[in-house]
Amino acid sequence: MTLQTFWAGQGCMILQPYDVEMGAGTFHPATALRALGPRPWRAAYVQPSRRPKDGRYGENPNRLQHYYQFQVILKPAPRDVQDIYLNSIRAIGIDPLHHDIRFVEDDWESPTLGAWGLGWEVWCDGMEITQFTYFQQVGGFDCDPVSAELTYGLERLAMYVQGVESVYDLAYNEQFRYGEVFHQPEREFSAYDFEYADISILSRHFEDAENECRSLVGAGLALPAYDQCIKASHCFNLLDARGVISVTERAAYIARVRALAKSCCEAWLASPQGAYEPRIA
Amino acid sequence: MPDLLLEVFSEEIPARMQAGGARELERLLVGALSDRGLLFEAAKSFAGPRRLTIAVAGLPAKQPDVSEERKGPRVGAPGKAIEGFLRSAGITLDQCVKQSDAKGEFYVAVIQRAGRATEDVLAEILPAVLDQMIWPKSMRWNAGIARWVRPLHSILCTLDGEVVPFEYAGIRSGNITRGHRFMSPANIEVRRFEDYRQKLADAFVVLDVAQRKDIVEHESRQKAFALGLEVIDDSALLDEVAGLVEWPVPLVGRIDDAFMDLPPEVLQTSMRTHQKFFALRGTAQERLANRFVVVANIAAADGGSEIVAGNERVLRARLSDAQFFWDQDRRRPLAARLSELGSVVFHARAGSMLDRVHRIESVAAVLARDFGFDQAKCVRAAQLAKADLVTGMVGEFPELQGTMGRYYALNDGEEPEVANAIGDHYRPLGPNDRVPSEPVAIVVALADKIDSLATLWRAGEKPTGSKDPFALRRAGLGIIRIILENTLRIRLAPTLLVPLAAARNNEADAAAGETAAREIVAELLGFLADRLEVALRGEGTRHDLINAVFSLGGEDDLVRLVARVRALGRFLESPDGANLLAAYRRAVNIVKIEEKRDGCSYQGQPDPDLLELPEERTLFAALATAHETILAELAHERFKEAMRTMAGLREPVDRFFENVTVNVADRVLRKNRLLLLSRLREVMHTTANFSRIEG
Repeated sequence: MTLQTFWAGQGCMILQPYDVEMGAGTFHPATALRALGPRPWRAAYVQPSRRPKDGRYGENPNRLQHYYQFQVILKPAPRDVQDIYLNSIRAIGIDPLHHDIRFVEDDWESPTLGAWGLGWEVWCDGMEITQFTYFQQVGGFDCDPVSAELTYGLERLAMYVQGVESVYDLAYNEQFRYGEVFHQPEREFSAYDFEYADISILSRHFEDAENECRSLVGAGLALPAYDQCIKASHCFNLLDARGVISVTERAAYIARVRALAKSCCEAWLASPQGAYEPRIA
Repeated sequence: MPDLLLEVFSEEIPARMQAGGARELERLLVGALSDRGLLFEAAKSFAGPRRLTIAVAGLPAKQPDVSEERKGPRVGAPGKAIEGFLRSAGITLDQCVKQSDAKGEFYVAVIQRAGRATEDVLAEILPAVLDQMIWPKSMRWNAGIARWVRPLHSILCTLDGEVVPFEYAGIRSGNITRGHRFMSPANIEVRRFEDYRQKLADAFVVLDVAQRKDIVEHESRQKAFALGLEVIDDSALLDEVAGLVEWPVPLVGRIDDAFMDLPPEVLQTSMRTHQKFFALRGTAQERLANRFVVVANIAAADGGSEIVAGNERVLRARLSDAQFFWDQDRRRPLAARLSELGSVVFHARAGSMLDRVHRIESVAAVLARDFGFDQAKCVRAAQLAKADLVTGMVGEFPELQGTMGRYYALNDGEEPEVANAIGDHYRPLGPNDRVPSEPVAIVVALADKIDSLATLWRAGEKPTGSKDPFALRRAGLGIIRIILENTLRIRLAPTLLVPLAAARNNEADAAAGETAAREIVAELLGFLADRLEVALRGEGTRHDLINAVFSLGGEDDLVRLVARVRALGRFLESPDGANLLAAYRRAVNIVKIEEKRDGCSYQGQPDPDLLELPEERTLFAALATAHETILAELAHERFKEAMRTMAGLREPVDRFFENVTVNVADRVLRKNRLLLLSRLREVMHTTANFSRIEG
């Protein structure tokens, strides 16, 4: 909430999570697609992120297959974006004079999105609290202007602020703990991700999404096409977690998703990119 | 003499790129200065998390004046030619000088070019220098086409205390810099280098990386000492940490006792890769202590206790992840993981990791048999050597491959020799790493490298120039060191064929495959001979001697090869050896010249009945005896003796050259004498190819 207020104060629209499963907030069209093209953009939102491979059956106090990211995208990247960012962590109670804040090299790359950027992971006393990236390319297209993307791991931050050792011990409010909401899902989804997800159904879903994406791109419908691209990506992540993809196949799957992402980005760039003229009555 | 100070201030530069960035900037600047005749006394560059700095001392105030002479037309040449010349030189006729040479008198234009002020030259070259900077990775940041490693914020540039005005990436140069991001965020005005260094230190920035490293080393050592501990040296980590902080403050934290049962390598790797912590140990023992050193970038008001607590908490999280892998991995024995290796690709043209394991097993079986080592243990270790690649821990920390295999094998109840062989089979990892010395470890380490060398070579991955993506040179050197340092007798050619035969099993054309395999082995032996030259060069063995022995062909036993090379070296150093070499060259030269003249080759036995002179007969007899003796001695690997026998040829050869004329009119006699000399070459070549010897 503090983060939302802070970034709203920086001129960001507070958007809602996107309703398709995705591995990271970057996949939200408000970041992936809006980072392309010349139009300015400032948005912040929470995005549930699903990473089937990170499932630990609820036994690991720090790893989850489903967690929340708070994502900020600033286009073009302001010159003093590092300072603005530092103010955001001051706002949530981290005083850089009492803690050891560091910008440690961490270049970001998403082979499935055909995207990359340079930046850092921000450390607070040795803990990574934010990913900070200057987007250089998405879908193989140069980002011009360059956007700054900030991704906060909400559970991590909350653990830090509340000083707890296990994510499940976080207090959701005075009455409920995080574990009461998410421990059972972690157990069940880990079992699904690693043991029960039906391989043939997933492979079919992947192909369906791939075909649908292609035909939608053909129809010039960038946004619905992109939904299919994210779906294909999630199917691939599930198949990967099931351990049924060999190294060579893995590279081929990634290349297929990247091809979809590229064609969606191309379609997006050919579209009005969200331009809207209010009608004068 | 004016001094130049240049500081390029940016957002955080990756630690691993700082030193290279400073070097590159210095190289470009020094090059640009000397190109423009600006010679200086000294230049020094500095790198830190947010800045690259160069101080150039003793620059001239301006460029030297240059006078350039340009030769024009002859005196009395047509008016148009003279006019054109004057126009191009920008002078009038009375400013021209007349000079004469052999062809007559001509005009010369002497153009004086006054040197420009250093400040002006700098303002011109600096944007170009910054523009030429190449980083391993660079980015755009909405400042036009400029690229830097991270966004630039300011450029400080003064000459003799005054700002050198220029602009790069939309930033105007000035005399302002900034101190520590949090402890001293205000602007700092600077004139000269000394004042710059001091003001930065006051603003909590240590400019020089060497000094930052000193502080880290010294203070962590002191803090460890106070606890009766010592810091485990890690120079790569020290380099990295010194690139992550402007104001280093080492702090000691505690590792939760619950994790002290994890293998020490796991603790150390986890602390190092994820958290950049230094590990500590007791002064008198090898055991890891339950403490670590973290280097903060800030002197916090509470003495760093919150920072330590935070770092301890993160470490607990990291180690509980490691603990999860450790517990999880030990639930399934290595042997049960083999099938998973089938889905791990080793190389697109060299099959899966499981195929590789099968090949290593067959090589290990052959080696164990040849060396007389315990074959069952060797094969078992080879079979399990790669199984840790599919464990969770090695997935997380690839650098623990082998190490984890050893622990898991012990946990599975494998024999200690088998477990140690798994742990050591990647060795030697570099020229300074130790070589395995236990029998089973020797076999698996050797089999591993023989397989990767042979199959990757076959897959077309031979090293070329600076490219060696699969580190085949290292594998080659590893093979050589393991063999020589353990004095192992092994015929390499048939051994190299083993993995190739296994890799060939599923190919259609067996005959063609076999020919190809033999060609590969021949190439590999040449490659290993090259590597051997490199390996022995360090100890002063001449490469031409290796070549002289190796080029005889058929020698693929490295221990024997080296023994021969050494015997040959000693022989050539003796007077007999040096003399015989001279005689050999004389003989070979004569034969070569005559062969060329006659257009034929003189090879074969001379006819004993045609030997006229006593010296001919003596040499003939000496060659016959020597040949027989040398062959017998070589067969028994008595190389020293073989060389001594050869030394005995010196006298008859010298006598022969003193008293016998080879090129006589009698063609039959001449031919017979040439055959005798050619025979000398043949006999000598049984020990080494003397034509390859240099000097």
